[in-house]
Amino acid sequence: MPSLGADMDEGTLVAWRVGPGDVVRRGDIVAVVQTEKSDIEVEVFEAGTVAELLVDVGTTVAVGTPLARIEGERAAEQPVATKATPARAASPQRSMAGRVLSPLVRRDAAALGVDLASLQPADPSGPLHRSDVAAARRTRPATLRSGAASPYARRLASERGVDLAVLSGSGSGPAGAVLARDLPEVSSVAGSEAPPLDPMRAAIARTMERSNREIPHYYLAHTVDLAASVGWLAGRNAGRPPAGRILLSALELRAVALAARKVGELNGSWVDGRFVAGEGVHLGVIVALRGGGLLAPVIRDADRLDVESTMAALSDVVERARRGALRSSELSGATITVTNLGEDGVEEIYGVIHPPQVAIVGFGGVIDRVVATEGRAQVHPTVRVTLAADHRATDGRIGGRFLSKVGSLLAQPGKL
Amino acid sequence: MKLDYRAALRDGLRHALINEPRAFLMGEDVGAYGGCFAVSLGLLEELGENKVRDTPLSESAFVGAGIGAAMGGLRPIVEIMTVNFSLLALDQIMNNAATLLHMSGGQFAVPLVIRMTTGAGRQLAAQHSHSLEGWYAHIPGLRIVAPATVADARGMLWTALADPDPVLIFEHAALFGITDDLPEELEPVDLDRAAVRRPGTDITIVTYGSGLHRSLEAAEVLPGEGISAEVIDLRTLRPLDSDTYLESVARTHRALVVEEGWRTGGIGAEVAAQIGEEAFWDLDAPVGRLATAEVPIPYAQHLEAAALVQADDVVAAVRAVVG
Repeated sequence: MPSLGADMDEGTLVAWRVGPGDVVRRGDIVAVVQTEKSDIEVEVFEAGTVAELLVDVGTTVAVGTPLARIEGERAAEQPVATKATPARAASPQRSMAGRVLSPLVRRDAAALGVDLASLQPADPSGPLHRSDVAAARRTRPATLRSGAASPYARRLASERGVDLAVLSGSGSGPAGAVLARDLPEVSSVAGSEAPPLDPMRAAIARTMERSNREIPHYYLAHTVDLAASVGWLAGRNAGRPPAGRILLSALELRAVALAARKVGELNGSWVDGRFVAGEGVHLGVIVALRGGGLLAPVIRDADRLDVESTMAALSDVVERARRGALRSSELSGATITVTNLGEDGVEEIYGVIHPPQVAIVGFGGVIDRVVATEGRAQVHPTVRVTLAADHRATDGRIGGRFLSKVGSLLAQPGKL
Repeated sequence: MKLDYRAALRDGLRHALINEPRAFLMGEDVGAYGGCFAVSLGLLEELGENKVRDTPLSESAFVGAGIGAAMGGLRPIVEIMTVNFSLLALDQIMNNAATLLHMSGGQFAVPLVIRMTTGAGRQLAAQHSHSLEGWYAHIPGLRIVAPATVADARGMLWTALADPDPVLIFEHAALFGITDDLPEELEPVDLDRAAVRRPGTDITIVTYGSGLHRSLEAAEVLPGEGISAEVIDLRTLRPLDSDTYLESVARTHRALVVEEGWRTGGIGAEVAAQIGEEAFWDLDAPVGRLATAEVPIPYAQHLEAAALVQADDVVAAVRAVVG
C-alpha cells in the first residue's frame, strides 16, 4: 500500500487492474486505492510478472503492506516477502507498526531533509532503515522536508487525524520537532453530538491554517483588457462543437505559465527559510468538487505546452478530479497555483497560498467594463487578475511585474 | 515520634530482633562497638549475645555463615559495613544465596537479609563511597531494596524478613541525618511497589536513595518555571515496579531518571530502556538520565560534590527534557 500523502496511514483496495500472470512495466496502473481524499490509481515501480495478489478488494490495510508479489529479474536471488499483514486494528501502536519508523530514522530524515512519507524501504516488506534515508538523500533534491515529531505527538496526530506534514518543522521541539503541545486541540466540548469533520474538509482546514499562520501574504490586483483574447477565441472556436472549443481559462493558464517562467521568483517553494526555485513550471489548478471540497491537480511543465495542449490537459485533470481518478503523482509538486471563480460570478478572488508554494494567481469573471483606449471610452470585456504572494520570498514589485506580464500576454493571444 | 534515619533503622532492627524469635544480627563491630554507623548501638546490652553477634573481619565467612543459618531455619540479619566491602562476600551472595533455591530444585530457600551502607557525600573517598546496588540488581534470585525515607528505613527490614529469599538492603550513608515524624507503631513497608513521593503532571522523575532528595529539592523549585514534576521513589531496585513509573509516564509524557550509580549499564539505563520499550508512544521527549560522573568518587569535597548529582543538575535536566 503506497503512501499517497503525508497524512495517509491506511488505504482501502477498491479494484485490481492486473491479475496473476500479467506482465507489468514501471508506471503501469495496477490497482485503485481509496484514501480519505479520493480514489487514486496506483502505479507500479517495478517491472516483472504478477505472481500473486495478496490483498482482497475491499480490504483496508496499513501503508507499507505488500499488495501483490511481482516476479522480476531479481526474483530468483531476492524473494520478496509474500505475507500480507492482516487488516489492521484501530490501535495506534498497530497502525504505526504498519510502517516502522525508528527514532534514529526520523532523526536522520529530519537532519537530511528527507520526507519519510515518500520513501519505500529497500526491502518492501521490511521497515525503513537509515540506509534508505541516506539513499533518498543522495537521489532527491531537498525540496520536500519532514521535521521530526515525538512518538506521543505522532500517536495524538494519528488519533486526531492531524496531518503532521502540515506542522513539519514548525514545532517547539529541537530543530522544529513537533511535540504534543504543537498539535491543534480537538474540541472536547462538542463531544459525540458533532458529526466528524469530513476528511477532505479537515485536510483543507489544516493546509489553510498552516498557510495563514506561516505565510505573510501580500496582495496585488490588475484589471486586464480581454478584448484581444475574447476576439481570438471567437475566431478559433467558430464553427466547432463545444467539445472542440478552447476556453478562456486555457489562455489564462498559458499566460500564468509563461509569466511564471519569466518571473521565476514566484515559481517555486519556500523551504527551511529560503526560496527554492521550481524546476519547470508546474501549475496547480484548483478544481471545486461537486460534493464540496477542492483538489489541486498539477499540470506539469505548463510553460512548454501550447494553447491546444493546455486546454486538453485542463479538461483531462478537471474531468478526472471530479471522477476521483487522479494519480497520486498528479496531486503534488505544483510550483504555482491558479484559482478561478469566474464562472460563479465572482469579480475578483484573493487566494490563500498552498504551502510551500509562494504564490497563487486568481481570476475573476469576464466583465464588461468601460476602458479608456486611445483617448476614447469604450466597453471591453475585462478580467480582474490578482496575486497573493509570500512576502518572505518576494516584494510587491516582483508581484507587479508578474501581473503586468500576465496582462500583456493576454493582450497578445497569438503569442500564447 | 521524631526520628532520624539512623534511629529509624535501629528501631526497625530492634523491633525485628524482639518480634521474630528466629532473627539475629551479626557483622563486624555490630555488638560491643554498636555498629560502625551506630545503628545497633545498645542492642547487645539490651538483647544479649544470642541476638547480636560480633564477627571476625571476613565478609565471606560471616555472609556464608548467614546463608547456612538461613538454610538451617533461622532468619539472620547480616550487616556489612559498606557496599565496597561486600565485594569480598560477592561469591557467597551471588553463587550461594542467589542460586541455592534453584540449585537444590526448590528444596532450600535462603531467607537471609543483608544490610549495608551505600553512597557518597561524606568524603570517604573511592573505597567507601560507591553505589553498587545496581550491580546486585542485575542478579536474579535477589531482592534489592533501598530505603530513602525515615519511614522506609524503619519499616523495610520487617517486610524483608518475611521474604523467603535473600534481600539486600542498601542504607544510604548520607541520609543518616534526615528526620521525620513517625507514628509510635512500626508500619511495615510494601516492597513490591514504588512510591509516588510527589505528584506532578509535566515530567516523571524516577529515582531512589539519595536521588530522591535531590529530585524533591528540584521539584520544589520547578513550579517557579511552570513545571510540575512527579517524583517516584523506586524503593525496590529488583524486581522493578515498572507499572508505577510507566503509568506515570503515560500521564506526563516525559521522564528523567536520577541515580547515584554510574551511568553506563546502571539502574537508570534499565528504567530508561523499559520506558523506551513500554511507553514509546507516550513519550513527547527523549528520556533524560542523570547519574554520578564516571570516576572513582573523589575525596576532595568540591570534587566529590561535582561528581554527584545535585539538585541544580536535576533542575537543568528537567528543563532540557521539558524544553
